[in-house]
Amino acid sequence: MGKLLELTNVHSYYGHIHALKGISLYVEEGEIVTLIGSNGAGKSTTLRTISGIIHAREGKVQLGGKDITHTEPHLVVGQGVGHVPEGRGIFPKLTVQENLDMGAFTVNDQKIIDDRAELVFELFPRLKERITQFGGTLSGGEQQMLAIGRGLMQNPRILMLDEPSMGLAPVLVDVIFDTIKKLNEQGTTILLVEQNALMALSIAHRGYVLQTGSIVLTDDAAKLKKNEMVQKTYLGID
Amino acid sequence: MKQFTSNPFYKFILFPIGQILVFALGASLVLSLFTVLLAYIFRAGITGFDLVERVLLILPQVVINGLTIGFVYSTIALGYTMVYGVLEFINFSHSEIFMVGGIVGVELMAYFDHTGALQTMNQYVIIALAILLGMVISGSLAVTVERVAYRPLRGAPRLVPLISAIGMSFFLQDAVRLILSLTTGEFNVILPNFGTFDEFLVVAVPGIATPLRFQIKSILLVGVTVLMLVGLNYLVNGTKIGKAIRAVAQDRPSASLMGINVNMIISITFLIGGALGGAAGVLFALKATKLDPFVGFFPGLKAFTAAVLGGIGNLTGALLGGLILGLLESFSASYLSTFTNGAFGAEYKDILAFAILILVLILRPSGLLGQTVGQKA
Repeated sequence: MGKLLELTNVHSYYGHIHALKGISLYVEEGEIVTLIGSNGAGKSTTLRTISGIIHAREGKVQLGGKDITHTEPHLVVGQGVGHVPEGRGIFPKLTVQENLDMGAFTVNDQKIIDDRAELVFELFPRLKERITQFGGTLSGGEQQMLAIGRGLMQNPRILMLDEPSMGLAPVLVDVIFDTIKKLNEQGTTILLVEQNALMALSIAHRGYVLQTGSIVLTDDAAKLKKNEMVQKTYLGID
Repeated sequence: MKQFTSNPFYKFILFPIGQILVFALGASLVLSLFTVLLAYIFRAGITGFDLVERVLLILPQVVINGLTIGFVYSTIALGYTMVYGVLEFINFSHSEIFMVGGIVGVELMAYFDHTGALQTMNQYVIIALAILLGMVISGSLAVTVERVAYRPLRGAPRLVPLISAIGMSFFLQDAVRLILSLTTGEFNVILPNFGTFDEFLVVAVPGIATPLRFQIKSILLVGVTVLMLVGLNYLVNGTKIGKAIRAVAQDRPSASLMGINVNMIISITFLIGGALGGAAGVLFALKATKLDPFVGFFPGLKAFTAAVLGGIGNLTGALLGGLILGLLESFSASYLSTFTNGAFGAEYKDILAFAILILVLILRPSGLLGQTVGQKA
């Protein structure tokens, strides 16, 4: 298994604010890798830097060995990076079907689009029931399903999920995490950003701990779960 | 029913035309009833003539005039509202895009006049060519303006591109004036006289004393704008590009994560809005017959008002707002002097029209079809 995604000493800024201070990480094909950390640690910024919404001022982002550090976001998508953003980013006044169509914007073959939509409906039957409804009228859980489904429509090489559990009822969080695990078993590589560290570490292979823009710890997920610092800071275990 | 509504013929032809009809007739009816009611109330106070009779006498013509100018406002308003929908920015140079379209169209007809083609060619072909050229030039100009004056300011505070737009507006006015002065020696352009556009189609309706008179150019104007509105509806709701435009308008960062080239979509939006403005300019020139580089200001301002009245960012709202504003203007122009016994003439039409507009906006700040701010989920 090769490294699908690799960040080397990445520095990102919002104006003058130094948000990422030399992040290095990698994701191998077939893995679930999670980034955990508190608010403002730079988790979302890392994903945004990968998908090109902001560009790293220093360092390198590589996808399958190809440098994508300065690639524009709409072209990063074409390279196979699916990014399900924080807050889901559903188009509120497009229908569920249209939202999914947008997910496959780079695909021109209607047959492929239909096939992929069928796979998404298999994964989330609820979406099929809501197919003509506006995205904005869905419940939080359904919106998250739609956001993930929309990300899958690109058939990405790596799917990046930003806080998929945010604002969801516990039972729905379970559904979402089961799906993520299922997707990974079917072969999708996943980079998962979560505040819910316990859930994230339960399904991930490896994890990185971020603190104020730097990686302070990385290990196998199972070992991170037992790490004293992680337990104290992120899992609420004394 | 569901199968019927998803039928493309219904969705892209019948529905938009029906909507336009309902808006046009509905707004006309409401204003007419209101005016007639007022006439009944004030009837007793006016001696010398029967107020109701006088109001009814010219009512059909007032409605026709109002709808004609209303469709022009709607078409310009769509340019404002589309750009606002995508960028949340008022493109104040849109009135100049409109002006350029009109002048280019008239100049083409003047050129045909010069070569003699004007009298030999079919008059509708000439108009079609003028509209097409106006659309191409105005559309490209709008795209260029965005590229030069707005895109570099994308991340700046919201007032900055607004000032840039106002500056662009002055720049375009004077640039056109300069070009016209250098090439023709004066900056008024006058529509050459040709064809049968000034003639009237007279329809006698049983039950109404005076027959209805439709000027050929008014029919042409309404026909062309309705055609463009139907086309725009298809483009926005039926095509992949249209879906992408809506996606960019609703959530720009998300749209870029879908692989949509946001800058290209913004350019396309300016292209469509500019082309509509250019076509409206040529149609307006048919009515106005004389244009100068500053002619865009008032129609532009009124179309902007129409867009706000309908709910800015909402395409259907721009259509409705334009029709209502055109009707308000026509009703005020025709009836102010009738009702005030000559104390206020047609020149006060804008005061009345805008007073009503302010009233509507006080009651519905987000516009007639606009959403309340809190709903932007």
